[in-house]
Amino acid sequence: MIDREPPYPRKPPLSTPQKLVRLAGIGLVVLVAAGAFAYVNGSLDPQRLTPARVVDVFEHNNGIHPGYRRNHPKGICVAGYFESNGAAANLSKAQVFASGKTPVIGRLASPTGNPYSPDSAAPIRSFAVQFTQANGQQWRSGMNSMPVFPVGTPEAFVDLQKATAPDPKTGKPDPAKPPAFFAAHPEAQPFLAWVKTAKPSASFVTETYNSINAFVLVDGQGRRQAVRWSLVPEAKGDAPAPDAKDYLQQDLSDKLASGPQRWSLVLTLANAQDPTNDASKVWAGEHKTVNAGTLVVESDSAQLDGNCRDINYDPLVLPSGIEGSDDPLLAARSAAYASSYMRRTSEVDQLKATPAQEKQP
Amino acid sequence: MSTPTTHFSPLARALHWLMALMVIAMLFIGAGMVASVSERHEWLLNLHKPLGIAILALVIVRLIVRLTTRTPALPADLPAVQVLAAKLSHSLLYALMLAMPLIGWAMISAAGDPVMLSSSVRLPSIVAAHAETFAFLRKAHRYLAYLFFLTILAHLAAALFHGWVRRDEVLDSMLRGKTRG
Repeated sequence: MIDREPPYPRKPPLSTPQKLVRLAGIGLVVLVAAGAFAYVNGSLDPQRLTPARVVDVFEHNNGIHPGYRRNHPKGICVAGYFESNGAAANLSKAQVFASGKTPVIGRLASPTGNPYSPDSAAPIRSFAVQFTQANGQQWRSGMNSMPVFPVGTPEAFVDLQKATAPDPKTGKPDPAKPPAFFAAHPEAQPFLAWVKTAKPSASFVTETYNSINAFVLVDGQGRRQAVRWSLVPEAKGDAPAPDAKDYLQQDLSDKLASGPQRWSLVLTLANAQDPTNDASKVWAGEHKTVNAGTLVVESDSAQLDGNCRDINYDPLVLPSGIEGSDDPLLAARSAAYASSYMRRTSEVDQLKATPAQEKQP
Repeated sequence: MSTPTTHFSPLARALHWLMALMVIAMLFIGAGMVASVSERHEWLLNLHKPLGIAILALVIVRLIVRLTTRTPALPADLPAVQVLAAKLSHSLLYALMLAMPLIGWAMISAAGDPVMLSSSVRLPSIVAAHAETFAFLRKAHRYLAYLFFLTILAHLAAALFHGWVRRDEVLDSMLRGKTRG
């Protein structure tokens, strides 16, 4: 090293104008860096659809119920296992599809935004499932009993929520808005046609739950197959829902008291022309299906202290061998669920303080 | 005792500039992904986790390098308050480089999520699943990221102040191995 010893010869001092110009230069560099950061984090763009703004829309429509999920807040924890028959092991290298059992923690819920909604408020039920593989990887899936989603993009979904937002004056949605929304969104027709015929079910255990979004199975050789999946119930029944506010939880407990409840996990393999990026579209016509095994629910517990409470059923928590598709709703669900999860986990203490209103008549 | 050095060692300089790039990229990736509901959210998140673990590994190497090599002294005529600001901000930068990846890792663990660095590489959980712990760590991750960015801006402004206004040897000591002629 031939470093010179300190002290160094000082450069001649700058004149005041020179100094000011250089200080301004430093200020400009800092300003540009801060501006770039503000651009990236959305501060400069109040129109950008962010995860927080998606969750804000739910809070605006439903009010804030501290500690609860911002959507589908009324639900029950269930536990059991998935018994794979190995039939899907040649489609996906995920451990869950190899023959054998994988433990499951699930959650059955109603699709409204209020934890105290009557069970018949909507003709849809949802089932969220977490499979924990022996290698520690997980598969989480949030499924619904409708066959298709009303819309195909997060932007349209938020606009749909806004079209059904309560008017601050009346507390009711503006009756002109939903028809205007659906007129502008012809992609909602398959959902609307289905929902016309749908009735609230008397039980969670007789419902079929669909992934709705498409996913991609990857086998050991890297071959890819787009799929949608469904949980098809073993229990049959289309009894009308009782004329009561709450009946699903009691029904589930009664059914479980008589034995475990079972669903087949059926994979529907996409044909070449099936859209994987649009959950509003039916995959019509003949399809190859694979029954991958049986989901067995053995027990239930109230969600406020059940082990599903602190699970974020993010549909992009996937094991090696299952991947998200190009469906834009998947990333949006993942992002918005994370925002909802952050908010509700900050409010857990308020859950314990809240009286269990669901038990009221 | 050996003669005092006037420049950071080549390894220290390489680590500084590599990590500068990684940390700044990381802060922008983080800010961008939490503000997006598009596919960008997913691929930024898949970049954020392995990059964070790489930063954690590198900062450990860097701390060892820092503690075992000679570092140039600050100019003798630097006002005491600037010396204090320099020392505190450097300590803060090291602390944040170490803490942010650990908080991110702990936060995913506390959520009960598998800590996946890729579609098949999983790190062990370092904290038991617990909702309140997650909420605390998640907020800490956000606010410390802002503190990190502001500290980097101050560090950048100070480095330019040394190079452009004071015109002393400080900026040069990290830019090159020899004093310019």
